Amino acid sequence: MSELPGDLLYTNEHEWLRREDDGSVTVGITDHAQAALGDLVYVELPEVDQDVASGGDMAVVESVKAASDVYAPIDGTVVAVNEDLADDPEKINTDPYGEGWIVRLRPSGAVDEDELLSPEAYQELLDEEDA
Amino acid sequence: MGKKTAKHHKHLEAGARIVDFGGWDMPLHYGSQKQEHHAVRQRAGMFDVSHMAIVDLAGAKAKEFLQHLLANDVAKLAEHGRALYSCMLNEQGGVIDDLIVYFLGDSRYRLVVNAGTREKDLAWIRMHAANYDVSVNERADLAMIAVQGPKARQLAAPCVDAEWREAALALKPFFAMSAGELFVARTGYTGEDGWEIVMPAARAAQMWDRLAAAGVEPCGLAARDTLRLEAAMNLYGLDMDESVSPLEAGLGWTIAWEPADREFIGRASAERMRDNPNRRRFVGLLLEDQGVLRSHQRVVVEGKEDGEITSGGFSPTLDRSIALARLPAGDEDRVRVEVRGKLLNVRVVKTPFVRDGQIRIQL
Repeated sequence: MSELPGDLLYTNEHEWLRREDDGSVTVGITDHAQAALGDLVYVELPEVDQDVASGGDMAVVESVKAASDVYAPIDGTVVAVNEDLADDPEKINTDPYGEGWIVRLRPSGAVDEDELLSPEAYQELLDEEDA
Repeated sequence: MGKKTAKHHKHLEAGARIVDFGGWDMPLHYGSQKQEHHAVRQRAGMFDVSHMAIVDLAGAKAKEFLQHLLANDVAKLAEHGRALYSCMLNEQGGVIDDLIVYFLGDSRYRLVVNAGTREKDLAWIRMHAANYDVSVNERADLAMIAVQGPKARQLAAPCVDAEWREAALALKPFFAMSAGELFVARTGYTGEDGWEIVMPAARAAQMWDRLAAAGVEPCGLAARDTLRLEAAMNLYGLDMDESVSPLEAGLGWTIAWEPADREFIGRASAERMRDNPNRRRFVGLLLEDQGVLRSHQRVVVEGKEDGEITSGGFSPTLDRSIALARLPAGDEDRVRVEVRGKLLNVRVVKTPFVRDGQIRIQL
């Protein structure tokens, strides 16, 4: 059973978002996603100040077995990347919602929560995938 | 849902992640594939390999048949129980499958072939066996567990009946024996010591439990893949297939050219490839930049046509990315690999990368 924090928003592509007090948005991949990928061994991060478009490639996470794209959940600009992942990509496995964060974005406009999934809606998605 | 091995429910109990592999529902990993990988390199791990097909051959002309069917020569199997790795070629010299053949004695042989090629292998074997009056018996009643690692034989030995245990432990590499209901072979696909144990399917779940209780770590196909890649053992369908000669897949050593009058299938094509100076080479690659090498990535060789990674991935033992690749003829020791539009620096190395727990290349 995947752990699912109630204070985050989610995407169909198994990313999570946290709205920070300063207006930025932190993005990572969900516990379900890290479990499906297995042990992560490399993370390719975007450049700071790079613009990203909702649904576009933003980062790549590579596990022992496979490479997987991480998509930008909103339009915005990269304001920080988790440099610690270069030496320790397994932080995504061990703490996907905390130390395993991947990118922090400054949204280019208002974040439309209707385009994202609530914890309940994401849980439904996971339940459907398991069925 | 795919076919299930005799131990399917055991895999689920152990928290396995199940994937489709050649039509079989197989465990990819039970928890951490890196941990499983290290368990095999340092202690002992086990793999359910019951999806592989076991085919028993019998007949007065079984030896002559296999001397025709296989590129390696079963005449090398002078003693009972001896095993031989071989390719089975088509007339064009491409690889239909790679397999292990065991000499059981008295004109009887046992083949272990890949899961994904089972149907075509059986059709091919049966078609040619008809000319030699050799019976072809697929043993779907049997299951197989590979127990691999430096402590594997020691931990698995109590699962062999006392009557046979000493003899089983005395088996030399690439030898096998019957031990009551079991067939114990000192073979594997990890680059470590160990056994492959064949047993009646009904006994497999119990055997799995006993091995687990003895401290053998359940391992999935993901760890099996990184282990065989470090050992530079080819994976059929990636490193070679029906369009590829064993001579361009690092398997030239498995072709028995002598005696020159042994007419194995594909011989004429294989000889032309052997004498072709432009034959592509099959090499190991070590990534020097950050990233992960994967199958089908383009290898850029200065001033030559491109090569291709046939299988690549992350090596838990080296903590680096490694690959097997087919390159144009030459002796370059530095090449580049295109990964998501960037050219990464890669060194050509002599394989295996790892064998018997030891790193065999310069990092």
